[in-house]
Amino acid sequence: MSGIYNGKPLLETKSVSKRFGAVQALTTVDFDVYPGEVVALVGDNGAGKSTLIKGIAGIYGFDEGRVLFDGKEVHIHSPREAAQLGIEVVYQDLALADNLDVVANMFLGREWNQGIPTSNDAHTAPSGLRRLLRNLLPITEIDMEKRAVGTLNELAVTTLRSVRLPVASLSGGQRQSVAIAKAVLWNSRVVILDEPTAALGVAQTRQVLNLVRRLAEKQLAVVIISHNLHDIFEVADRITVLRLGHKVHTYMRSETDQQEVVHAITAGQLSTVPGMAS
Amino acid sequence: MSAPNDITQDSGAPTSALLASQEPQTPFEYVGAALRRIRSGEIGALPIILGLVIIGIIFQSLNQNFLTPRNLVNITIQMAGYATIAYGMVFILLLGEIDLSVGYVSAVGGVMTAILLRDSLTNPALSWMDWWNVIPIALAITTAIGFLHGTLITTFQLPSFIVTLAGLLAWNGVVLMIVGDGGTVNIQNPVVRNLASEVLPPIWSWIVIFAFVALLTVMEFATASARRKAGLRPKPVQIILAQTVIMGVVGAFLAYLFNINRALGPTAPPQQGMPVIAVIMLVFLIVLTYLAERTRFGRYIYAVGGNKEAARRAGIRVERIRVLGFMVSGFMAGVGGIVLASRLKSVATDTGGGNLLLYVIAAAVIGGTSLFGGRGKVYSAILGALVVSSVENGMGLLNVSSGVKFVVTGLVLLAAVVIDAISRRSQQRSGLR
Repeated sequence: MSGIYNGKPLLETKSVSKRFGAVQALTTVDFDVYPGEVVALVGDNGAGKSTLIKGIAGIYGFDEGRVLFDGKEVHIHSPREAAQLGIEVVYQDLALADNLDVVANMFLGREWNQGIPTSNDAHTAPSGLRRLLRNLLPITEIDMEKRAVGTLNELAVTTLRSVRLPVASLSGGQRQSVAIAKAVLWNSRVVILDEPTAALGVAQTRQVLNLVRRLAEKQLAVVIISHNLHDIFEVADRITVLRLGHKVHTYMRSETDQQEVVHAITAGQLSTVPGMAS
Repeated sequence: MSAPNDITQDSGAPTSALLASQEPQTPFEYVGAALRRIRSGEIGALPIILGLVIIGIIFQSLNQNFLTPRNLVNITIQMAGYATIAYGMVFILLLGEIDLSVGYVSAVGGVMTAILLRDSLTNPALSWMDWWNVIPIALAITTAIGFLHGTLITTFQLPSFIVTLAGLLAWNGVVLMIVGDGGTVNIQNPVVRNLASEVLPPIWSWIVIFAFVALLTVMEFATASARRKAGLRPKPVQIILAQTVIMGVVGAFLAYLFNINRALGPTAPPQQGMPVIAVIMLVFLIVLTYLAERTRFGRYIYAVGGNKEAARRAGIRVERIRVLGFMVSGFMAGVGGIVLASRLKSVATDTGGGNLLLYVIAAAVIGGTSLFGGRGKVYSAILGALVVSSVENGMGLLNVSSGVKFVVTGLVLLAAVVIDAISRRSQQRSGLR
């Protein structure tokens, strides 16, 4: 595990801040994630977890601070640009279309066409005739299905009966697995998971946590947001605690315990409560 | 009873087995999987075929002219207008929208065609107009109307129900204004006049049906062999052959019916062959099915209807897809309007009114397209239109009052919606949907 931290972090934020009107949602937060590790992002409601994630994913920009990807400073203005860098977010509400099958969902918005190379053109938008053609030429279902099956097998998601079943017929764990597989389909390098085990049963939570570990084994940088400390201690290498928009601390999992993390979430190591007059 | 449940089972599959190999392969497995889908509520076109059989039995027992070749051709011609407009309605319903304006938009298409063709005879400035440029002009106008509706709906975030309701009123007014006090505009142009009534020489019935069946079969085999090559499990050959045989038998029976001489007396000139309009319906069926199921555009229509937010996050331009959907609806309404005008060989102030809109929506829904978006097939338009016009035609033969007609048509629609609701509920029970 120590080998992971010899290189550079894949994704890094340097003292980023974000303000919504009168609310200071993030205050100079440093955060980083290395390839091949799982970093958990924890904190109580309103701690700034979602704000940090959405800033990285390009939903909105940070007011201050810098974002480094692969050591280089980047400015991510839209989810599309994040996807082009290889940053994929799996949101809590999954964003799957129930009426479409597994393959269609995994390729939604990036379907392959015969003769038009779109291998990794995540979200790029060609113009004019090319786009018209791309929208009217047949989708190469067979290649897509092969790739989808390959990715699911690589991630050892083998409980699916068929990749041609509508997503509506899958269990919660299977749906989450499909959503995660969709995120890694595009040679992505950073996968951010927002509450992936909320609303899942015990067996299905296990299934998803195993999948998260496999992502890290494949040298992806994984960020996981969760309220469930039990899950986090099972899957994460490091744990970053946020509280009221400030970073409290980043713990190595092997050097901490749940009690310390709970304390950081609720009371914090901060000497004063941020935003309150002393 | 356990069969539908194990669709959702997480365990049971050995982890060493890869995904692809869990798909059905032998014909028996294939049929078994199909039966399981039916039992879990994914009934597809089953109830409608059953319904057609019941309709046939009831009306034939009440009036023996119902199932004669002559009347079956009548029904074909009668359903053409509904089916073509309903094709467009399917795209709208897939998006989870509704288009109440299609009746009068189709009238705009029909009236524009009739007026321009009439004026081209009298006005020297318009003498360059003929059917082959008037029809595209009319279709361009109705497509533009669809674009207008879609743009209003997406730009101002208005419910499609309200915008197209306004369209229903406004385009009715436009039709009245164009047709004017004359009341009726006859269509002189022979091509447009005969569009709905012309029949092909008998040999063409066989050629068209053979080509249709051959096309589907070749495509199935091509897909199966490509899947085999890619290491994915193909549809069993026996199943494809069985489908071909069934389609071939049904098709041959239809060709045979179309080719029976349906002239009323032995001395009358022979009337036989497939109506041109049936070929037009088939061509639109193929083209629109391709559009809906094989292209990105169609995939996005389903995605927007299934989960708008998911579509947006996948980078799909949701508003543009919705506008395009309304343009398809406008285009097909225009086609239907020309077909309906051709059937009456004229347009009048009441064109596009009456039950047209409701029959079109009924056709799409009876055919199995959900009103709630994301579920349905293009072919449901043609099946539903067949039901609607069979009932309409059958009651016409029985000379029942229009009151009874409306009640019966209403009950048929109600039955279709109830079947849809039941199938959806049993899908929910078995974990689908």
